[in-house]
Amino acid sequence: MTDSKYFTTTKKGEIFELKAELNSDKKEKKKEAVKKVIASMTVGKDVSALFPDVVNCMQTDNLELKKLVYLYLMNYAKSQPDMAIMAVNTFVKDCEDPNPLIRALAVRTMGCIRVDKITEYLCEPLRKCLKDEDPYVRKTAAVCVAKLHDINAQLVEDQGFLDTLKDLISDSNPMVVANAVAALSEIAESHPSSNLLDLNPQSINKLLTALNECTEWGQIFILDCLANYTPKDDREAQSICERVTPRLSHANSAVVLSAVKVLMKFMEMLSKDLDYYGTLLKKLAPPLVTLLSAEPELQYVALRNINLIVQKRPEILKHEMKVFFVKYNDPIYVKLEKLDIMIRLASQANIAQVLAELKEYATEVDVDFVRKAVRAIGRCAIKVEQSAERCVSTLLDLIQTKVNYVVQEAIVVIKDIFRKYPNKYESVIATLCENLDSLDEPEARAAMIWIVGEYAERIDNADELLESFLEGFHDESTQVQLQLLTAIVKLFLKKPTETQELVQQVLSLATQDSDNPDLRDRGYIYWRLLSTDPVAAKEVVLAEKPLISEETDLIEPTLLDELICYIGTLASVYHKPPSAFVEGGRGVVHKSLPPRTASNESVESPETAPAGAPSNEQPDVIPTQGDLLGDLLNLDLGPPVSGPPLATSSVQMGAVDLLGGGLDSLMGDEPEGIGGPNFVAPPAAAVPANLGAPMGSGLSDLFDLTSGVGTLSGSYVAPKAVWLPAMKAKGLEISGTFTRQVGSISMDLQLTNKALQVMTDFAIQFNRNSFGLAPAAPLQVHAPLSPNQSVEISLPLNTVGSVMKMEPLNNLQVAVKNNIDVFYFSTLYPLHILFVEDGKMDRQMFLATWKDIPNENEAQFQIRDCPLNAEAVSSRLQSSNIFTVAKRNVEGQDMLYQSLKLTNGIWVLAELRIQPGNPNFTDLELSLKCRAPEVSQHVYQAYETILKN
Amino acid sequence: MIHSLFLINSSGDIFLEKHWKSVVSRSVCDYFFEAQERATEAENVPPVIPTPHHYLLSVYRHKIFFVAVIQTEVPPLFVIEFLHRVVDTFQDYFGVCSEPVIKDNVVVVYEVLEEMLDNGFPLATESNILKELIKPPTILRTVVNTITGSTNVGDQLPTGQLSVVPWRRTGVKYTNNEAYFDVVEEIDAIIDKSGSTITAEIQGVIDACVKLTGMPDLTLSFMNPRLLDDVSFHPCVRFKRWESERILSFIPPDGNFRLLSYHVSAQNLVAIPVYVKHNISFRDSSSLGRFEITVGPKQTMGKTIEGVIVTSQMPKGVLNMSLSPSQGTHTFDPVTKMLSWDVGKINPQKLPSLKGTVSLQAGASRPDENPTINLQFKIQQLAISGLKVNRLDMYGEKYKPFKGIKYMTKAGKFQVRT
Repeated sequence: MTDSKYFTTTKKGEIFELKAELNSDKKEKKKEAVKKVIASMTVGKDVSALFPDVVNCMQTDNLELKKLVYLYLMNYAKSQPDMAIMAVNTFVKDCEDPNPLIRALAVRTMGCIRVDKITEYLCEPLRKCLKDEDPYVRKTAAVCVAKLHDINAQLVEDQGFLDTLKDLISDSNPMVVANAVAALSEIAESHPSSNLLDLNPQSINKLLTALNECTEWGQIFILDCLANYTPKDDREAQSICERVTPRLSHANSAVVLSAVKVLMKFMEMLSKDLDYYGTLLKKLAPPLVTLLSAEPELQYVALRNINLIVQKRPEILKHEMKVFFVKYNDPIYVKLEKLDIMIRLASQANIAQVLAELKEYATEVDVDFVRKAVRAIGRCAIKVEQSAERCVSTLLDLIQTKVNYVVQEAIVVIKDIFRKYPNKYESVIATLCENLDSLDEPEARAAMIWIVGEYAERIDNADELLESFLEGFHDESTQVQLQLLTAIVKLFLKKPTETQELVQQVLSLATQDSDNPDLRDRGYIYWRLLSTDPVAAKEVVLAEKPLISEETDLIEPTLLDELICYIGTLASVYHKPPSAFVEGGRGVVHKSLPPRTASNESVESPETAPAGAPSNEQPDVIPTQGDLLGDLLNLDLGPPVSGPPLATSSVQMGAVDLLGGGLDSLMGDEPEGIGGPNFVAPPAAAVPANLGAPMGSGLSDLFDLTSGVGTLSGSYVAPKAVWLPAMKAKGLEISGTFTRQVGSISMDLQLTNKALQVMTDFAIQFNRNSFGLAPAAPLQVHAPLSPNQSVEISLPLNTVGSVMKMEPLNNLQVAVKNNIDVFYFSTLYPLHILFVEDGKMDRQMFLATWKDIPNENEAQFQIRDCPLNAEAVSSRLQSSNIFTVAKRNVEGQDMLYQSLKLTNGIWVLAELRIQPGNPNFTDLELSLKCRAPEVSQHVYQAYETILKN
Repeated sequence: MIHSLFLINSSGDIFLEKHWKSVVSRSVCDYFFEAQERATEAENVPPVIPTPHHYLLSVYRHKIFFVAVIQTEVPPLFVIEFLHRVVDTFQDYFGVCSEPVIKDNVVVVYEVLEEMLDNGFPLATESNILKELIKPPTILRTVVNTITGSTNVGDQLPTGQLSVVPWRRTGVKYTNNEAYFDVVEEIDAIIDKSGSTITAEIQGVIDACVKLTGMPDLTLSFMNPRLLDDVSFHPCVRFKRWESERILSFIPPDGNFRLLSYHVSAQNLVAIPVYVKHNISFRDSSSLGRFEITVGPKQTMGKTIEGVIVTSQMPKGVLNMSLSPSQGTHTFDPVTKMLSWDVGKINPQKLPSLKGTVSLQAGASRPDENPTINLQFKIQQLAISGLKVNRLDMYGEKYKPFKGIKYMTKAGKFQVRT
């Protein structure tokens, strides 16, 4: 007597048989028939043809039968909208039933019938149910509003259901509150702009009260809603945190994680000196650890979130390394996540343990996991310097196992270790070379080739090794080809005598026989370099490489902060902001951590701010997105190119004899055997006709001091404004502006004599000011100024004068004297005249500094109506010494990371968000971070002036 | 919220689907099948799978994949917790949760699922309430229903759903009033080659079976509550009382429930009750290897270790094993390479051992991974952390209940590396 009997009649006349049974007079038979229909439906059979017959069974006192018919209706009403109308009357009647269970069931089912015509009839019953005396009905009705909104949003708004729903947040029953919150949150998600969940301290209080009494699911809704609130100050944040912390002991992991989100977000507002802050940190660790003893699926989501949490606040879990140790029967997705967190938590204190574990993992069965474990050993070496030696010897042990993929992975990471600690572990090269033949993966081959090229002078048979790779050049992947090209050029520069043939071979392979543009271009560049100026080539190719970072995969701080606000959501699992992947997430509101708004904290003044270089305690980081190798390859060509070769580009570019004299200088006293005939010039068409000319004119432009105001180069110069009207200065009118040209600031003045007498004996003096601006030379007006005559003077300024903080910061008080009197006036100078030329920070420093500057120093601004694209913005700002350090494209928006330095050594870091190609979004969002937050406002004004003019 | 649910068996058939909003075509599961194919084992299928328009969140229990479909940003833990609740409910209703049982009870399953979610929002997930709404099938009830024509759907509003104690139904009556508590601790540990402990932690739970009349209000106190610094409570426990007095005070649900779970991770508190001596070697030259393991008691507080089962996944290169145990029975599956030795009780005077040879594939190189030994065991009447219940009191009702407390320690994920 089980339900499986409903599946047995799968013969031809099944539908017909069911029809007959449904229309039977016997109640019992009817019910059995409906059950058969439902059973067919659950396995995906189409029983929609029975619609009228099933609906006929709806009018019944039998609750089970009624429910079954409802189940059927929900599934098929959409395909039979006209028939579905037949059911409306019964629904409306049921909504008036004395039994609240029936009322709730009716309103619940009606909402699930996604037919427009039915929704019209739904409104009145729904309105009644929202105000029903029974909370069970109210809470069901609240969800029904969300359903209805999904079907017909306009209708819900017109009928005023949203307001009713908002009122339900203050309902006396916690379950009703929770459902109202859930419904509003879901509606709000499809309408990000609407201000549905308008939270204020009163409603927050209601939610916190309901939080204690509602079901676990309700708690999740309420906590997620709380997380969107921004408390007005640290006291409010603390009191909310206090009321949320008990949720950390809930058995439902989703409740725990939502509570963690609220706490992590509001913690941002608490001062670190507070005792409570420390308590909270301590309270966060145990629940996170407990999540790891749950089922593997829960563990996975928890681990992805913990990954974010340890990046934001490593102190929470720093003593809990052991819980992340991998069990051999953990699912692979859990293993990989645990490994990642282990490396993030690795420190000098626990590195021995971590390494022992990693070595253990490297002998496991799962190939992916083993590879990641080997890679992790390399990351440990780079992260914890003291452990590097041990890591290298562990890796050597692993290479000895001769397990193919272990060896290859080990070689890839050893290359990174060489990059991080040059000239320290090269003794292992011999061992590496022994395994050359077993390498069959491009990444490992490329890494090995890099090592051979980089240390060519120490490897006796480097040329043979590289030559052996060259044989199958065209079968290699691009990665290997590029690396091989570079390695051989390096080898040639180090041992020019023996390897000349080799380098020619590789250059011709790369330039003539390859159809890969990257490879060809690189080939030509090397060729050109070698032929024009080998010394420069040496400087370029063998340039000292910047050290690599210890963490190549840290999440960018702004993104991390945003993700912290999304703890427990899909975004946190994917480590991407929801707008990047959630369907229909158009215009998702960006969440950000609340700024610290402590009421009693004093603000750092510029005088106490550490001037000049930002402190270097934070790890240096290169935020490489892709693999490290790509980065390496680029670095070979990167920054140095713009340096020496241009400066020395005096060499004439002839068509023949490209390597001529240049090589001689490289080869010293071995003139024969190289040169002209052997080296065929690359086809002329591929060579930029004249490298020198445009550059030259560009340079001369740059140094063209006489070109005065408003030229292409130099910062933006505002038109002159009247600073001192004639009325106030007995006929002397002064108008002026500030300029900055190639490192020197000047004040361009126009003095006009509007008096009736001749003016002579001009002199100028500045009051002490915020940046120590002072005239670098006396004001020289050579001839006496006759009436109605004016003279233009450019007064050079320096910034070595005495300093006094002014209000506003950029206020400058000036005294001008002439034969008549002394006049005083004050003017505001634009801050960009103080931006110095060497204000470009390198990327590592930038990231470290950005992290280092506390978040409360961050200021955000909007630059409205600026329809420029990233390039235009970047170049315009660059001419005013605001340098773009990095540019990224995040979800279709360009993010520019910029740095600038003021004359007094204060660095200002900026993040500029641009939405290119979107005519409706011409506003730029600017975030400024600086140790002296007072300057932010003025820097913002400078940005605006520069970009708008 | 949760859009749909698909139940998929291990051979990849969708045998049940339920939609709480509009119908999502079952073709969405193709993405799941792809992922399933990529994963070598069912356990390794990733729990979150993105598809162009939906997200699939799945759990794998009782050889069934429970795949939930969501469309908007929903907390994944919320979905996974809910799926676990579905599994628990099925188990509660039908005794076991398996494909044939679900198919046999498909209408009840469908009704239950309908009650659990409304439009994807959880509605009634407490089994107390569900059982009032939809009665679980029993043979007797099925017979009675067919004779009398009554139904297994309750027609009363489940009162618990609205009270402040939604987990308890009203009007409970028993002739024998009893309350039993089981303190069960599982040791998760990794022991390295040399026998030293790498990690060890205790996952403890207190499961209760409370059959008391009326609305009893219970308090449970411990001899050493300090042990419990990382706890998760059943919603019935009054958190404030615990915070201030370290006493569990609660109105219990009716029947079986988990009162609390806790976690003890401080290394010095975790005693390791067994040790494993092992000598496993795969010789390079010959195709024979040696295998010997001995299991013995360590810190057992004088209690007997029983139900010992040793399992180990042998490397691929192992063809067969010829072993002889000093006690118990052993099996080796040459296909899955799984060695399993059912030891039984450990007699400290005569330690159980398993010795013999391993035959390896001829010509194959020495396996590079060492097998890890997995251990299961039970110790009755002992909570290894030392947790002890002090007393249990009941308020609010007049009768005298019968009370009982049982302790047990088990191996959780107990692994010995070799």
